[in-house]
Amino acid sequence: MPPWIDFFTFRDTNVRLILAGCILLGITAGVIGCFALLRKRALLGDALAHSALPGVCVAFILTGTKNPVIILAGATIACWIGAIAIDLIARYTRVKEESALGMVLSVFFGAGILLLTYIQHSGNAAQAGLDKFLFGQASAMLDRDVWTLAIAAVLMLAAVVLAYKEFKVVSFDPSFASSIGLRTRVIEFALATLTVLAVAIGLQAVGVVLMAAMLVTPAASARYWTDNLARMIVLSGIFGAVSGAIGTYVSYLGPRMPTGPWMVVAATVVFAVSLLFAPRRGLVARLLLLWRIRRKTADENILRTLYLEGERHQDMDTACSMANLLQFRSMNAARLDHTLTRLAKQGYVREPSDGMFALTPKGVARGARLTRLHRLWELYLTRKLELAPDHVHDDAEEIEHIITPELEARLVASLNDPAEDPHARHIPPALGAGSAAP
Amino acid sequence: MSNPAWVVLVGSLASAACALVGCFLVLRKQAMMGDAISHSVLPGIVIAFLVTQSRAPIPMLLGAGALGLLTAFTTNALERHGRLQPDASIGVTFTWLFAVGVILISAFAGHVDLDAECVLYGEIASSPWDIWILGDTDMGPRAVWILGAITIANLVFVTLGYKQLKLTSFDPGMAAALGINVTLWHYLLMGFVSLTTVGAFESVGAILVVAMLIVPPNTAYLLTDRLSRMLALSVMLGIASALGGYWLAALIDGSIAGAMAVVSGMLFALAALFSPTHGIIAGYIARRHAIASPE
Repeated sequence: MPPWIDFFTFRDTNVRLILAGCILLGITAGVIGCFALLRKRALLGDALAHSALPGVCVAFILTGTKNPVIILAGATIACWIGAIAIDLIARYTRVKEESALGMVLSVFFGAGILLLTYIQHSGNAAQAGLDKFLFGQASAMLDRDVWTLAIAAVLMLAAVVLAYKEFKVVSFDPSFASSIGLRTRVIEFALATLTVLAVAIGLQAVGVVLMAAMLVTPAASARYWTDNLARMIVLSGIFGAVSGAIGTYVSYLGPRMPTGPWMVVAATVVFAVSLLFAPRRGLVARLLLLWRIRRKTADENILRTLYLEGERHQDMDTACSMANLLQFRSMNAARLDHTLTRLAKQGYVREPSDGMFALTPKGVARGARLTRLHRLWELYLTRKLELAPDHVHDDAEEIEHIITPELEARLVASLNDPAEDPHARHIPPALGAGSAAP
Repeated sequence: MSNPAWVVLVGSLASAACALVGCFLVLRKQAMMGDAISHSVLPGIVIAFLVTQSRAPIPMLLGAGALGLLTAFTTNALERHGRLQPDASIGVTFTWLFAVGVILISAFAGHVDLDAECVLYGEIASSPWDIWILGDTDMGPRAVWILGAITIANLVFVTLGYKQLKLTSFDPGMAAALGINVTLWHYLLMGFVSLTTVGAFESVGAILVVAMLIVPPNTAYLLTDRLSRMLALSVMLGIASALGGYWLAALIDGSIAGAMAVVSGMLFALAALFSPTHGIIAGYIARRHAIASPE
């Protein structure tokens, strides 16, 4: 059986073990990362991951073993000290938090490297493999490593479920949280501890450098798909798990392929897909929306120009040439041509003679409504906000495309169904109000 | 010159070059961009190596410079067009590029005389043996020439662009009003940060670069309020870290680059506690004094 199929039989116990480890890691980092992202601490994971290294080394120097629980404890304590140092520097000196992150990251990591080389030079035979914590080596995970990881992951996820409400309030609105009597410092400390633990359990598989990515990238991807925190957390966990599985798969196929970096690449591909194709927040969806709005604005601007010309000549059958229209609207000729063709196809505009354009009855109705909205808004700005009449046109020019019938009704009510705008021009009546457009 | 002297010289040049551009990163609150760029230049270095099959400095500088600017562009684009918050934009961008770099190194392990660990903590101890030979003349360690050139380039950049860098760092709105192209100066600075990073990379490693970019300038930031003094002080602090780091590394037989980072951190801690103007103790005394004698 070729290896790319063989993987999916999961007969190899080692494969099962590593796969389970990486998936658990992905889920945990994805879930915890959401809170870090929402609290604008996305790079905290990076700083903490680096500052774990001296802890790993000191734990090894003191005990001489690579027992995962002891190493985890060492890493956790060092991360904690790092987190506290960042907090102290940002709070008590004028150095910015972002600089504090970078300093703790590089100085702690420098200390870790110093200790690591010290251990290596001191010729301790058991140290072999300690440097794997730099880049991680998922394939070297043992039974006990995965069990430690699994227990830690389950405990952390349980903590998130139990304290979900508190974490949510603190992440979105810390000042509100303290006003309703929550002890924000304690909750923030709990969140920082979870981040620290997520980093610590990831060290062996992914390494300090790339663990940061597993905390940021899945959460940033999930943010594109939803505005709901619970859904974001679930999605981010799934993205993390998928990245873990893909990383394992690739390194199974290519013996020289490292798992951690491939997990990060997989997570980044998920991110790119989210960035581009997520509904509403995705780039493509937003460009489409922008394009539709631009098209609608161009349509309505032409309709209104034709309406105003009709109003000026007191004849809604007045036809304009393209050159005529370009005098009033700054758009290029090709775009105007497209717009007119589209309006003609939709039945708003007719071409009574070649190159001359006039409104159909349907076009008159829409032009009248736009003009009505424009003038209502101008009147509102002058009467209620007391702006000078010569300052209101540009604003009305933009809002006339957006006002909904509900807003229109409220404008009419608050202005007592006016008949004239601030420039003493007639405000066309609402559709179905009886009188037809002039 | 003896080998220790060469090592200290290499470390000092790297620190000085980093400190000059690092001051502006710190003032612009873009310290983490230094971290990001120092990681993400890795694939650029590997690709340059694969293409030229050598450690020739010019292609490496070009490769790394390109990747550094790509990082700055991508971060900016994610922020502006992808509507991602700034810290997450940085986090997504550099980790991905670093991962690609590590994968490239593993995939071409047989062909690349680079390993990821050396990239992280550098080989400053062996720099005296990596001699540049021009014709038949022994020109001394290669790293001294590369880092010396970069230090001079940074010095020229900071001197010629002093006014523009100062204005765009402290008050971008005012700079724009005076007709200074803020975006251009941002990317120029990022370009010089990338160059510095890669120049320092081979000899001192990525992490020391981050430390030297951020720590001495922040230490200087606690000691003075004037930009020109901050620049001079951070260069001096960088050199002091190089000297102290060499001594510490010799003492416990460990990585010189790591020890330099540790010493720079200690200097920062001292400044944070004892700075006469912005130190924690001075602040505490001033507050006590204010409470004791209310005016």
